[in-house]
Amino acid sequence: MVEATTHDSEADGVRMDLISGARMDGLTSMEKIRLILDSVRNGDIVVLEQGLTPDEESRLIEVTMTEISPDDFSGIEIETYPRPSSSSGGFISRLTGSDSEANKLTVIGPANQIETIEKDEEFISTLVSRK
Amino acid sequence: MGLLTNLRDSISRVTDRLFSESEPKRIGIYGPPNAGKTTLANRIARDWTGDAVGPESHVPHETRRARRKEDVTIERNGKTVTIDIVDTPGVATKVDYKEFLDHDMGKEDAVKRSREATEGVAEAMHWLREDVDGVVYVLDSTNDPFTQVNTMLVGIIESQDLPVLIFANKTDLDDADVKRVADAFPQHETVPLSALEGDNMDEVYEKIAAYFG
Repeated sequence: MVEATTHDSEADGVRMDLISGARMDGLTSMEKIRLILDSVRNGDIVVLEQGLTPDEESRLIEVTMTEISPDDFSGIEIETYPRPSSSSGGFISRLTGSDSEANKLTVIGPANQIETIEKDEEFISTLVSRK
Repeated sequence: MGLLTNLRDSISRVTDRLFSESEPKRIGIYGPPNAGKTTLANRIARDWTGDAVGPESHVPHETRRARRKEDVTIERNGKTVTIDIVDTPGVATKVDYKEFLDHDMGKEDAVKRSREATEGVAEAMHWLREDVDGVVYVLDSTNDPFTQVNTMLVGIIESQDLPVLIFANKTDLDDADVKRVADAFPQHETVPLSALEGDNMDEVYEKIAAYFG
């Protein structure tokens, strides 16, 4: 995992965790979700080299909802490149193990600190602010 | 009657129950907040049963519990389909109580509403993974459909191998753009409608009967 900060000290800046696909491959679904939410709740931005599966995304939304609390944590902002329409990720792709949908860069951050400025199939631009 | 015959009858009863065509399919109405899901659920329920499903509102997250209307029988072109309609809370990745303060709500009520909304979203996700047989995905056709929540939700629905129809709602509004919705999800059929005005409901019922019958 590469860790980058935009300033010399974390107190002044926003921490970004760039997490490799290899690092995530060794984790269970709940470990991935915990890793993401612990970072995001700490005010960090998480960038995943490979995205989550649809089932993991579903559980990420569900767990995020259970952790929202007034004036503390209002949820997450998440962006990935749009899925190509030809890969539905259905039964056949699961059967053959060709889960190409997971190979998508994903940016996740606290909802009150990250805002998507521009996004298309090949580009994500986000504005990140300090707490 | 031998043991084998009893066993065969028992298995037959179980499989009949599991795969019975007469068992109503549960069709989940999903989409982001304020897409008009409850308005659609009420329109369908009123047209075929005379009852409503739940209250409608312009305030986001009005629906904070999944509501099921059972045994809604729709007849179209000689074909009859009986479904359970499940009206679900709008799905979001964030809920901030402050957004409710703009709707003439005090902090206490806004916090309560946001807490209920988060429970509702979690409940909707659980229904999607476990308890629906098909999905009607409702979008406000005056809004940009290329949002992360829409992309994720449709991806989750596809990964469950559930039949899905995209409903481009609110076509009665001037800035509705059905083509933009259809272009966002070209792998699925998009049906334009105004649930509020009852526009194009004939096609809505034809597609429901064809997809979920």
